[in-house]
Amino acid sequence: MEYVIEMLNIRKVFGSFVANDNITLQLKKGEIHALLGENGAGKSTLMNVLFGLYQPDGGEIRVKGKKVNIPNPNVANDLGIGMVHQHFMLVDTFTVTENIILGSEPTKSGQIDIERAEQEVRELSERYGLAVDPKAKIADISVGMQQRVEILKTLYRGADILIFDEPTAVLTPQEIQELIQIMKALVREGKSIILITHKLKEIMEVCDRVTVIRRGKGIGTLNVSETNPNELAALMVGREVHFKTEKQPPKVGKPVLEIQDLVVKDSRGITVVDHLHLTVHAGEIVGIAGVDGNGQTELIEAITGLMKSESGSIRLNGKEIRNLTPRQITETGVGHIPQDRHKHGLVLDFSIGENMVLQTYYKEPYSKRGVLNFKAIYDKARQLIQEFDVRTPDEYTKARALSGGNQQKAIIGREVDRDPDLLIAAQPTRGLDVGAIEFIHKRLIEQRDRGKAVLLVSFELDEIMNVSDRIAVIYEGKIVAIVDPKETTEQELGLLMAGSKRKEAGVSS
Amino acid sequence: MSENRLTNILVPVFAVILGIIVGAIVMLVSGYDPIAGYSALLYGAFGDRYYIGETIRQVTPYILAGLAVAFAFRTGLFNIGVEGQLIVGWLAAVWVGVAFELPKVIHLPLAIFAAAAAGALWGFIPGFLKARFRVHEVIVTIMMNYIALYVSNAVIRSVLSDQGFKSEKIYPSASLRSEFLQSLTDYSTLHYGIIISLIAAVVMWFLLEKTTTGYELRAVGFNQHASHYAGMNVNRNIVLSMVISGVFAGIAGAMEGLGTFENVSVKAGFTGVGFDGIAVALLGGNHAFGIILAAILFGALKVGALEMPSAADVPTELVDIVIALIIFFVASSYLIRLVLTRLKKEGK
Ligand SMILES: Nc1ncnc2c1ncn2[C@@H]1O[C@H](COP(=O)(O)OP(=O)(O)OP(=O)(O)O)[C@@H](O)[C@H]1O
Ligand SMILES: [Mg+2]
Repeated sequence: MEYVIEMLNIRKVFGSFVANDNITLQLKKGEIHALLGENGAGKSTLMNVLFGLYQPDGGEIRVKGKKVNIPNPNVANDLGIGMVHQHFMLVDTFTVTENIILGSEPTKSGQIDIERAEQEVRELSERYGLAVDPKAKIADISVGMQQRVEILKTLYRGADILIFDEPTAVLTPQEIQELIQIMKALVREGKSIILITHKLKEIMEVCDRVTVIRRGKGIGTLNVSETNPNELAALMVGREVHFKTEKQPPKVGKPVLEIQDLVVKDSRGITVVDHLHLTVHAGEIVGIAGVDGNGQTELIEAITGLMKSESGSIRLNGKEIRNLTPRQITETGVGHIPQDRHKHGLVLDFSIGENMVLQTYYKEPYSKRGVLNFKAIYDKARQLIQEFDVRTPDEYTKARALSGGNQQKAIIGREVDRDPDLLIAAQPTRGLDVGAIEFIHKRLIEQRDRGKAVLLVSFELDEIMNVSDRIAVIYEGKIVAIVDPKETTEQELGLLMAGSKRKEAGVSS
Repeated sequence: MSENRLTNILVPVFAVILGIIVGAIVMLVSGYDPIAGYSALLYGAFGDRYYIGETIRQVTPYILAGLAVAFAFRTGLFNIGVEGQLIVGWLAAVWVGVAFELPKVIHLPLAIFAAAAAGALWGFIPGFLKARFRVHEVIVTIMMNYIALYVSNAVIRSVLSDQGFKSEKIYPSASLRSEFLQSLTDYSTLHYGIIISLIAAVVMWFLLEKTTTGYELRAVGFNQHASHYAGMNVNRNIVLSMVISGVFAGIAGAMEGLGTFENVSVKAGFTGVGFDGIAVALLGGNHAFGIILAAILFGALKVGALEMPSAADVPTELVDIVIALIIFFVASSYLIRLVLTRLKKEGK
């Protein structure tokens, strides 16, 4: 009995679309097993089959050698399988402990024994080094902590096989390092882990073996020690992938975005953008580097009109746009790839086609005298799906049914296609596979080469260093340094992001 | 995709069948003959021309009330206030109907317009409060129902009559009644309102599915954040949704005031049509065409039930039980879906 989980020749079909085509995955006890594949390759689908959320149309699942049938997640729980979803399923107003025991509450004479539960949660948390406060409210803790609560939830239910679906996509670099330590602690205690991630570096760092799938088909399983990122990328995409995007020196033109003395306060009245200055010129990509929570989100929301600012000036091509409505700002030539694609980027219950005209539906040719022209809308959608390689059965499919990465590609297609003078890209490649990242970077650089201004916000230093022409470091709501990516290192950036001053006077824009 | 659509149609059909079956069991248990009961019901609804006329007359306000609920629901709002909007619509229509005597081509549209405007105003208030102060529309619309009921009663007593219980009859120039339709149906109360309600169904479908306004309303209903990001005015759309919903409800009131009754009287309680509209919308899947079918079912049940006590000794309350059962089964459609997928699996 070498394997704790065996998924043999699993097949899953949606309508006429084959999401999993005879995929085999075998998990050894005590290993961290990566599941790698492009966006829409069928990774989440395969794991949802294992967790009982989908019923397979073929193949068999064995747990510790015994053939099983998993009709729903409760059965998966009983078999010791736990899943940490990419989108957390927590009740915001409940405490950590209340969330963890939800559905399997310990009782004492008919009442919930919250003290015992808290004690158990604390013990579990200590054992695996999770450092979670059992009494904290979910709404008050960070995304990284919420993820740990999800991990605790599975452990509390006695899982010894854990599935992580893209756990690092929502984390900051610091939190990713901590999660890696946690996963190592889990396997030391005898747990086995399946990890879905697009980050090859993480696979090389923590995983023992990796199973690659491409367009629903299993390509094979490799030992991580016997492979390298280039081989893995080629296997999953089916061609060579360049990690570093080629680009010509920028032809910098006139200023497009000029921000002066901008002050933004959050809903509690705390200053989050603090007298910030920044200029982005035509033909250049400015990357904003910073630790999450230093005002990046608010800066973008103020530029795009999603949030009101207190004072200062934001000019686009010389025209003042501060505190205009989002529509007015969009129409002056701003495109925005939002950080949270489910919240801002898409109406999940609309079809892909309807989502492609979210800002332009009221204009010709998409409508005439208030009546929509669906032919024009869906023609446009087909063109963008083609051009941006959005993997979807068709343009009528609901955005909700797309894989995470393909939702992102759809948004990017929509924003780039509007050809804005200023394109704001917030975490544009979060959750994308290496092939798609390469493609998106190329498109951003292409926009630049066509004389557009691009403002890139990312927590991935690789991405910032690779794509930007200038890097603006944000710290506590201020741009504290402007550096040239060719003349800096990740170490230096890291220090600047942590608030240490630069020797040369760098605070000019 | 199409498989999904099929389930969407099958679920309400199964719900209705289950409701009828369980209703039969209830009749059996309480010592009535279900076959006689249902035969009487069917006869009372479609048995002869008169009954058919009465059923269609009852279907008319149901369609409009269902459209009102569904329109709000499709745009993310729960309009419990259809009842109140219907009452003020009724009042306004009759008011215009008794206050002037004008050529029919002006008078009738004017009376219907007044009803629509009154319903719109009654919908505007909760919409505005939601948009401006985030007050939940369910609470406000329930409150507005009571205000509508008592305001309407007060106006009838002090303005439309001299401390009486009902208004005068409206001038014929504002009436929806038609000699032709009445003679066709053996002198039932059938009136031209059914045409208006069918047009309204087409309007609702077109507005929601085919226009930029409908696109915005649906977007805001699904995801306010994304709509805001896309440059839509979220608050304006919330108010607009409630106003349009109120227009449908107000016109439903006009159907009663200008067609069925030709007057308005003091009410001891709610008419119930607005609340039944919730069930109609639910059963009809919040879709214009589905609502027409659901309204026909509910209209037939309501009118047919009147025949049950005399023809089969079954109390009309049993029909209310059957209706309640159908609603119950639609609401628990999850169960039916489960059964359907099981059946499909085994069929494969
Ligand atoms: N419920 C569904 N109905 C129809 N198609 C679906 C459904 N769920 C997934 N799909 C399709 O199946 C394919 C695989 O999706 P899946 O979510 O498994 O991809 P993934 O490998 O997890 O991708 P990503 O890395 O982007 O998250 C996608 O093309 C998606 O459109
Ligand atoms: Mg996925």
